[in-house]
Amino acid sequence: MELLLARLFDAVTNGAVYALIALALVLIFKATTLINFAQGELAMLGAFIVLVIGVEQFGGGRLALWVALFLGMIITAVLAAGIERVLIRPFDPADHLPLVIITLGLFLGINALAGIVWRFDPRAFPAMFPEGNAITFGNATLSWYTLFTLATVVIVLAGLTLLLNRTKIGLAFRAVSSNLESSELVGIRVGPTLQFGWALAAAVGTLAATIFVADPVRQLEPTIMLRILIFAAAAAALGGLDSLWGALAGGMAVGFVQSVVVQYSPIPNELSLAAATVVLLIVLTVKPSGFFGTAQVERV
Amino acid sequence: MSTVLDVKGLTGGYGPIQVLRGLDFNVDDGEVVVILGANGAGKTTTLRALSGMIQRSGEATFDGNDLISMKPADIVRLGIAHVPQGRGTFPELSVEDNLQVGAYVRKDAEIEKDMAQWYEVYPVLYNRREQLAGSLSGGEQQMLAVSRALMSRPKLLLLDEPSLGLAPIIVADLFERLSTINAETGMTMLVVEQNAQLALGIGNRGYVLESGSIAISGPADELINDDAIRKAYLGV
Repeated sequence: MELLLARLFDAVTNGAVYALIALALVLIFKATTLINFAQGELAMLGAFIVLVIGVEQFGGGRLALWVALFLGMIITAVLAAGIERVLIRPFDPADHLPLVIITLGLFLGINALAGIVWRFDPRAFPAMFPEGNAITFGNATLSWYTLFTLATVVIVLAGLTLLLNRTKIGLAFRAVSSNLESSELVGIRVGPTLQFGWALAAAVGTLAATIFVADPVRQLEPTIMLRILIFAAAAAALGGLDSLWGALAGGMAVGFVQSVVVQYSPIPNELSLAAATVVLLIVLTVKPSGFFGTAQVERV
Repeated sequence: MSTVLDVKGLTGGYGPIQVLRGLDFNVDDGEVVVILGANGAGKTTTLRALSGMIQRSGEATFDGNDLISMKPADIVRLGIAHVPQGRGTFPELSVEDNLQVGAYVRKDAEIEKDMAQWYEVYPVLYNRREQLAGSLSGGEQQMLAVSRALMSRPKLLLLDEPSLGLAPIIVADLFERLSTINAETGMTMLVVEQNAQLALGIGNRGYVLESGSIAISGPADELINDDAIRKAYLGV
């Protein structure tokens, strides 16, 4: 019983981070109908920027880290906006192959760059949330870290929902993701609107990666997001790829598969990543629009 | 009446394929002008060239502004609304959001009022305002597409085959509505149609396109009674 509870708590902790990265993937997918392979690496870069600003410049206090996180989100947002302008916009949005190759190139490039600048050794990342456990139940503990992470996910989700549904730029963004040509015909400047999506996704990604490595049990290294991106992609696909709340549900589901289902089944722990990929495959085969996504509706 | 849209030697097409071979036509303020022609004559391409959706050259001015050098988003801001072929609604957006996005370029305070007006004209849109546009029937989609375009309060409305795929009774109703709007607000319209009889019925003048250039032009009532045209384009 305690073991089950401990694993459920694990599932929630991991699921919250997957959900955050999945959110970033969903934002880019809505903008470009592509999975941005470089999303995780941009997020990792963001976490390093937060570390450099927060610890090396501002001394590593809790407040300093939050200020650094805010700055890091802005810096990566600007960077992503630049990437969209220079590398993505010149290509036909309907032609996916060049865009996939570009995001793969970005993935490798950013990873290598981070390795050159910061080396591949893990670095400790100071805590951003109160330490210790909020709930203790025998051996099963739910840390403050997990609770704050969950709260962050819900706040980010609510904020994004408001932004997309209640603001003019949000309306433009949803319009562009629904019908590119008609968006131009109602006067939306499509390029800058998609750029806004890239910037937003990068900011959310930086938040996700920073919170992920701020877990006392983790350290920051350039390869930190490789595994997470696979889990997050599975989470996003489960949620329907274009649904924000689906990303949260998908994140939790993947966390559950990884921390509970895999632990209770004969699947070796080392195969949990593969298990996530299998989940991804099954979803894409059985229900391509995910559990919360809008099925393609088209009249001809 | 003064000319609002003046087109001279308009050419354009898709990549290496040239569809328009030097079009000359004009639309006066408050007029309904109809462009007729067989499939592939360049009717849709003409409208797409005007709203900046394709590569084009030659001359096209609207209210004295050079359309050829402008981007679609700026052409919309001049007061040109384009209802593309196949409706061009936003299927994943609600009916209400479709109307909201139609008013995207407006900054005045009367957007809600206009929306209420179109809901009154088309109560079915009001009843379905929370539904996704993609779930509407073809006729409802066309009502939404036209309402969406009118939400921008255009000076010139470009309509690309509004009758396509619709039941005759719905088409008749739509054209009657367009005629009323033109009479009441003086909104200028350029309508591309296969259904020549109906379109000329509400039009002041017409042009017949043939392989990318104007073959015949004249007042609507002359075109509708011209024997050669009746045989070739009206199918009667």
